[in-house]
This record gives sequence, C-alpha cells and structure tokens, in this order.
Amino acid sequence: MKTIITVIGQDKVGIIANVSAVLAEERINISDISQTILQDYFTMIMVTQLPNEGYDISVLQKKLNALGEQMGLEIRVQHEAIFDAMHRI
Amino acid sequence: MEDYKWNIIETIKMINEEKLDIRTITMGISLLDCIDSDGEKAREKIYHKITHYAKDLVKIGDEIAGEYGIPIINKRISVTPIAMIAGASDDKDYVAYAKTLDAAAKAVGVNFIGGFSALVQKGFTKGDRILIDSIPEALTVTERVCSSVNVGSTRSGINMNAVKRMGEIIKETAYLTRDNSSIGCAKLVVFANAVEDNPFMAGAFHGAGEEDIVINVGVSGPGVVNSALRGLENATFDEISEAIKKSAFKITRAGQLVANEAAKRLNVPFGIVDLSLAPTPEIGDSVARIIESMGIDICGGYGTTAALALLNDAVKKGGIMASSHVGGLSGAFIPVSEDEGMIAAVKAGALNLEKLEAMTCVCSVGLDMIAIPGDVSASVISGMIADEAAIGVINHKTTAVRIIPVHGKDVGEMVSFGGLLGYAPIMRVNQTDNTAFVARGGRIPAPVHSFKN
Repeated sequence: MKTIITVIGQDKVGIIANVSAVLAEERINISDISQTILQDYFTMIMVTQLPNEGYDISVLQKKLNALGEQMGLEIRVQHEAIFDAMHRI
Repeated sequence: MEDYKWNIIETIKMINEEKLDIRTITMGISLLDCIDSDGEKAREKIYHKITHYAKDLVKIGDEIAGEYGIPIINKRISVTPIAMIAGASDDKDYVAYAKTLDAAAKAVGVNFIGGFSALVQKGFTKGDRILIDSIPEALTVTERVCSSVNVGSTRSGINMNAVKRMGEIIKETAYLTRDNSSIGCAKLVVFANAVEDNPFMAGAFHGAGEEDIVINVGVSGPGVVNSALRGLENATFDEISEAIKKSAFKITRAGQLVANEAAKRLNVPFGIVDLSLAPTPEIGDSVARIIESMGIDICGGYGTTAALALLNDAVKKGGIMASSHVGGLSGAFIPVSEDEGMIAAVKAGALNLEKLEAMTCVCSVGLDMIAIPGDVSASVISGMIADEAAIGVINHKTTAVRIIPVHGKDVGEMVSFGGLLGYAPIMRVNQTDNTAFVARGGRIPAPVHSFKN
C-alpha cells in the first residue's frame, strides 16, 4: 500500500535524515521525495511503500508523531487513497 | 512541483486550516425484527441487536480517520422509528425504550442515537400517540437519544392535530429540561417530508424501506467552500458557482471514500452520502460566512436567500457526480446555535426569524437550533411548525423545526448547549395570538401537484 508522508515546519538540519531513519527501522521503502518552501514553511512530501498489506500504519504514525514533536514539525502519514479520491475523476 | 504534490498540499490545507472533516458515519439499524408483544422482550432484542452490529463502529471510524488523516467527528446510530416497534406491545408509555436506546448507545460509545420517532403525516396509530406523549420524559431521562416526528408530506398534506400536539410537546420538553437550558428540545425535530436515510442528528431515523443494516455518511466543509470563494472578490456568480461545485466534488469524494471503507470493514452495505454543508460553532466552519463572502456585509441582509440558493444548488451539483448514491438531506444547513457566523448575525440584528424562514425555502433543513423566549406559547410554536411544514409540503422538500423555548430566558440573553450544539442568543418571536387557528385540528390536504400518477 502506498502511503504519503508530509512534513511541514521550519527548515532545519536533519529532517530527511531523521524521517528516513524511522522509515528504515520500519522497513518502509521511499519511492519518491520532494521538498519546497511554501509560504515560508518547509514542506516535504514522501511517497512510501509499506512493507506488507497487514502493516499497521498507526505504528509508523506514533513514531513519526514523536519525532515531529521532538523536532517541532508537523508530520502526517496518510493513505494515498484520500488524495486520489479527492483529486482524480 | 508536479500536480499531484499540489493536490496533496491542498488536501492537507483543507483538513488543517479549513476544517474539512467527515461529520458523521451513521449506522442505520432496522429494529423490525425486534418487535414483540412483550415490551421487555422487545427491548432486550433491541439492545442486543444494536450492541451486536455497532460494537466496532467507533473503533473502525477512528481507524479510518487515522489512516486517511481526515477527522471523523461523530459516529452515530439511527434505528427504525420506535413507534412502529413499540406499538406491538401493551406498554402505556415508551420511556423504557428510550432508556434502552440510551444504554445501547453508551455501550458502543456513539454520542447520539436517533429514531425515537413517529411518522404521523396522515394520522396517528396507537403507538404513535404513546410515543409522542413519551417524548418529554424520554428526552429528560436519557442523554444520547434523539427524537423526531414527521407531521406532513407532499403526498399526504399536513396533520394539523400532530402540529398542535408537537407545540405542546416542545413546551413540555423545555420545561422538564429547564435546569439544563431546556436542552431536551435540541434533540427533538419536527419534520415535513422527513427522509429515511438521513445520517445527521437530531433527525436521523432508519426508514422502513431501508436494508437491515446500512452505513450512511454525512460530509461537511463550509470552511473549504468559503476559502475557495476568498480568492474570487470580483468574480461573477457563474464563477462562484463553479468554484463551489469543485470544492463540493472534492469534499464528497472524501466522504464516499470513507463510506466505502467503513462499509467494507464493518461488513455492512453502503447506503448514501449526504451532501450537506454542516457548520459547527468553531471559527472558520460557518455557512453564514460563505454567504457573507459573496458580498453581503452580514448574513440576513437582502441577497442572503439568493446567495444561499446558489450555494445549496452548487453543492449538490458538485457532489452528485462524486458519489455513487446521494441521499439524506443534502443541502446547506443553517442551524443558528451551531454556526458562528449566524450567531454573530443575530447579535448584530441583521438576522431574524422571518428571514430564517425565508432561507429555509431554498435550503435544507428548516428553523434549526433557534433559541426563543421560554414564555412563547405552545400554539405560537405550533404555528411556526405549520408554516415550515407548508413550505416543505408545497415545495417538495424536507423542512423541519428544532427550536428551543429556553425556560426562564428572554430576548437578547445567551444560552449555551455545549459542544457541537453550540450557543445562541434568544431570538424575538412574533407572538400574535393564533390559538383559534391551531385549535381547528384536522388535516391540510395534499397540494394539487402531488398527484403525479
């Protein structure tokens, strides 16, 4: 299952490194990554592939939420389907 | 960045800043197979059936919200109108049924359960009469039970005996819940042309024509629509309508996704998505503010009805293509106490009951969550119900009255109902005596355009 991870907040050293470290721990592959500064905020979007169908997304959410709090960033993990549903006919 | 990344950012902005959410996942449960001549046994079956089918509703709702990153505010249950179920028993009042519903709602963790209802658009059965008489106490001794009574329909006209009785019932309910801002009335809706698959409270019930168990979803998103209009200061109405349609499409697709997913995981058929724009008392989640964004200084000023008509129509046009089955009420809601902009408009003196009545001609659902002085008479309230019912019956649409004559309060004072039910200033009511009108009884015949066969 494809999952979209978004990170929004102040740009600083180590954002990609820290997020990637959590993903590696969880054996989650990153298939695309992009970042931009949007209205003064650092915005990173990662497209990732969960290891298997039964993978509990809430495990990843908890870990990344903790990281987000630690680094002062908003990190979201969302099933890709919500974006497809809303923006594709 | 590529398009899809902008889409991702747009969705996150809608959820984060514009308060996009799924307002409710409502599980409809038929209680027809719980009918028993022994009331005790019927209630046992009811409790068992609800807690069996809805036991995972809240858990799965929260799971879906987590995975898709979209808040699902309410998980609720609607059941077959209790008058149909309890009528088979010899019970002399149905308060015990309300208590059973309340206990079942608490057991599965839903915040409201709808269906303490009777459909009396043409006349009363024994069960209907007993149910209606039980409403004031039922709404006093329970916390989560919602009640509704349908008093008219385009096919059958208006049951004016029921209209008269409901005025009295609202007054009684207000009195019995007087220590709590007469909150019982916030859980009681009087309908004309009630729909059988409405997922929104307080008017939800599970119609007799529905499947045994079904999942209906109500979306929301006034903030998203408003934000789409913000960049359109000099746009024509054509352009505004297009912008609303696009927003409504996206909002509804999110609702349809959640509905499909909930139905699949609960192993229950999907029913409908209700396209209503449902506001909350939070800043940025207001229907009134959308109207104001179109160029009316304060909601209620002239132009408001036209703005609301455009909004209501565009939301439907955008939403219909986004969902496989649209149903419920599907229109913009204008509940006063649940809409920060409406509250402000009333306080500013720009919005009054007469204008609200006019607005109900072009949107769902009716005079909704309006606090009025506690001393307004039952017959004046019945008159309000009759007028709303007439608007619905003649115009082939659902209308409703959910007004709260707040015991001990007068015009200008504020009252708070808590949570999503919000807070409201007590509004002025035209109290011209109409007792002779309301006392006539009988039925207002169905309109000529109802004879389509």
